[in-house]
Amino acid sequence: MRLEIGRINITDIQLGNETSVQNGVLTVDATSLIAKLKEDDRIKDIKIDIAKPGDKVRIIPVKDVIEPRVKISGGNNGFPGVTAKPAQCGEGRTHVLYGAAIVTVGDIVGFQEGVIDMWGEGAKWTPFSQTYNLTVDINVIDGLDPHTHEETVRLAGLRAAEFVGQAGKDLTPDEVLTYEMDSIFEETNKYPNLPKVLYAEMMITQGLLHDTYIYGVNAQTILPALLHANEELDGAVISGNCVAACDKITTYQHQNNSAILDLYAQHGKEINFMGCIMIPEHTTLSGKMRASDYTRKLVKMLGADAVVVSEEGYGNPDSDLLIICKKCEHEGVKTVLITDECAGRDGMSQPLADTAAEAVAVVSGGNVSHVVTLPPADKVIGNAEAIAVLAGGWEGALLEDGSLQCELNAVIGATSEIGYHNVTCRAY
Amino acid sequence: MSDGFKVLYYVNQFFGQIGGEDKAGMKPEFHSEKIGPALGFEQLLKGEGQVVGTIICGDNYFNENKEESLEYILNLVKQEAPDVFVAGPAFNAGRYGVACAEISRAVAEELNIPVVTGMYIENPGLDTCKQVAYVVSTSDNAGGMRKALPAMANIAYKLGKGLEIGSPEEEGYIARGMRKTIIVEKRGSLRAVEMLIKRLKGEEFETEMPMPVFDVVEPALAIKDLSKATIALCTSGGIVPAGNPDRIQSASAQKWGKYDVSGRDALNAPDFYTTHGGYDPVYANEIPDRVAPLDILKELQKEGYIGNVYEFFYTTTGTGTSVSNAVKFGTEIGKELKEAGVDGVILTST
Repeated sequence: MRLEIGRINITDIQLGNETSVQNGVLTVDATSLIAKLKEDDRIKDIKIDIAKPGDKVRIIPVKDVIEPRVKISGGNNGFPGVTAKPAQCGEGRTHVLYGAAIVTVGDIVGFQEGVIDMWGEGAKWTPFSQTYNLTVDINVIDGLDPHTHEETVRLAGLRAAEFVGQAGKDLTPDEVLTYEMDSIFEETNKYPNLPKVLYAEMMITQGLLHDTYIYGVNAQTILPALLHANEELDGAVISGNCVAACDKITTYQHQNNSAILDLYAQHGKEINFMGCIMIPEHTTLSGKMRASDYTRKLVKMLGADAVVVSEEGYGNPDSDLLIICKKCEHEGVKTVLITDECAGRDGMSQPLADTAAEAVAVVSGGNVSHVVTLPPADKVIGNAEAIAVLAGGWEGALLEDGSLQCELNAVIGATSEIGYHNVTCRAY
Repeated sequence: MSDGFKVLYYVNQFFGQIGGEDKAGMKPEFHSEKIGPALGFEQLLKGEGQVVGTIICGDNYFNENKEESLEYILNLVKQEAPDVFVAGPAFNAGRYGVACAEISRAVAEELNIPVVTGMYIENPGLDTCKQVAYVVSTSDNAGGMRKALPAMANIAYKLGKGLEIGSPEEEGYIARGMRKTIIVEKRGSLRAVEMLIKRLKGEEFETEMPMPVFDVVEPALAIKDLSKATIALCTSGGIVPAGNPDRIQSASAQKWGKYDVSGRDALNAPDFYTTHGGYDPVYANEIPDRVAPLDILKELQKEGYIGNVYEFFYTTTGTGTSVSNAVKFGTEIGKELKEAGVDGVILTST
């Protein structure tokens, strides 16, 4: 399977009368975009805005972040199985508006959405302070049930990314990255002496605002599934997930999964990277046992020497993470885990909800309860008051001067458990 | 020298140059001079701080008269009002270590004055104070004095000047058990791949998160006669009265709530809903009893299967709540229930 990602570098963003990229400046025709999104008659209003790195702008409450892309050859444009007809992801050429992002801001369904600050203290804690963001604030018609409301907002974000991505269709990319891997047997013949490594990606699959979709299939319903390393990088996986903002995997982070990219970079050098196991995180013990058994079986069937396991969320999924670790280690498969910590606001608490002696190699994405104070913004896109009911916020978190005091919990991507960000914890 | 920050020093009878074991019964005394390690300590403060006095107490006296000694010493510290309090180093001396630890903890917690001490890693006093004081890691005997004092003085200097204290490795203190969130150069996935490659090559690697060790709680004895028992309902599923009157957080709870349900047969919508941010709330909001089943408990009470349902139900949010907060909530709620004569608890999670 061979995938070419053509990067068109975006260095500025503006609203205008057409949707195009010229000399790195992305222009978006907001009127046409709104008309396109309102084809979904469940949508009442759309507000479009922009937020650039360094602007004193706060975006809240954020639902998802999506990278605008367009398919040039192979597969189908958009997100197959969700916004497009089913097709194979991970082949052909995809153009990416690299440096741009669609950020959906929605009326709250539940309690879990996040904050992006584009400048200052807050900017350090989220990778999406570095992207040129087009914000899409979505209001739905009255009377939608919560599940339909969530779906409407989710699809609107994906469609907006497709709409904007079209601007890259006829352009020559600034850079083309090639991701190519043959069958596991062929790769193993090529690199007989390299250790065989799998990536096991846990996904939150626990109901409204806590779901992940693979080719449109709600991952709640799957047994752990094997993907080629290219598929997720090419739109096969999307987030329907607004668990605590700090460690949910946004669609953007699926499209650019850093664990896959960093393993890929070592393929043929230090390791033989064989692919990704997508693992649902169930709420029931039987679900956890089934998913972990099935993961162990896939790891053994493929003859892996080592596996990197990443978590999504915290609390009960900590158990899934450690059960998978135990089962793999007992098979002699070396595991490295990526997780984050619930060590309390003072950092003095135990960091995980479960423990296992086998977990000897663990990367920490930081403490979700680390408290940060974010100075007042010149402009708030969305609703500043939302912090009172955000995971990681509290009543009174919005101070009188407009400062925001909150846990990293509320900051999108702060403690990423796919290792997308550069935060960690040290013992002090 | 009268400028700079003030340091008050604590030593035992031996380092206070009073005497050996025969003087271990001496009561605490305050000396306005710098005695023993306190003498050299001031010279290590870069001319920016002064040791304003030395408290000396016998190890036996302290350990046999803890409350009285602590009260006396705390009063002295209050009077002198130092910017930094220093005790020891106690190396591996058991009684001296316990004295340094107890005093350090009291000064840090009760007077809110920063504290530096020094101990060998196996000193029995260590666990008492390492979370609230900076404990410099020392050798197991006084031969390590020349190494310990500069490290202690360096931390005291930073505390006195209000400077940030670095990591345990940089400063030489024993990790306090605090998980400090920091920004590093490499992203997490790259650190994971590097750790993996080291592991595969059999090279040394260091986990970023040593696994926690959990308490094991002994289960209570079985209830002999349920038909006479009072049962309380408790949940970490975030069910609260509409409006969430106590503002219990949707994640990372800092508090719990209790609500009178004696006049109710069920936790009906819309009077109750969930404030929990960690699960699909739709079904819980339709019928809150799905998470906290007061309805069933009341039915069981009517049938006579259980004696009584306790008048209050207790609630908090489990998601993202630290283990230390959970331990605190559990201890507080358990105490109330025990005092109220509750025999058993139905505790639901989500």
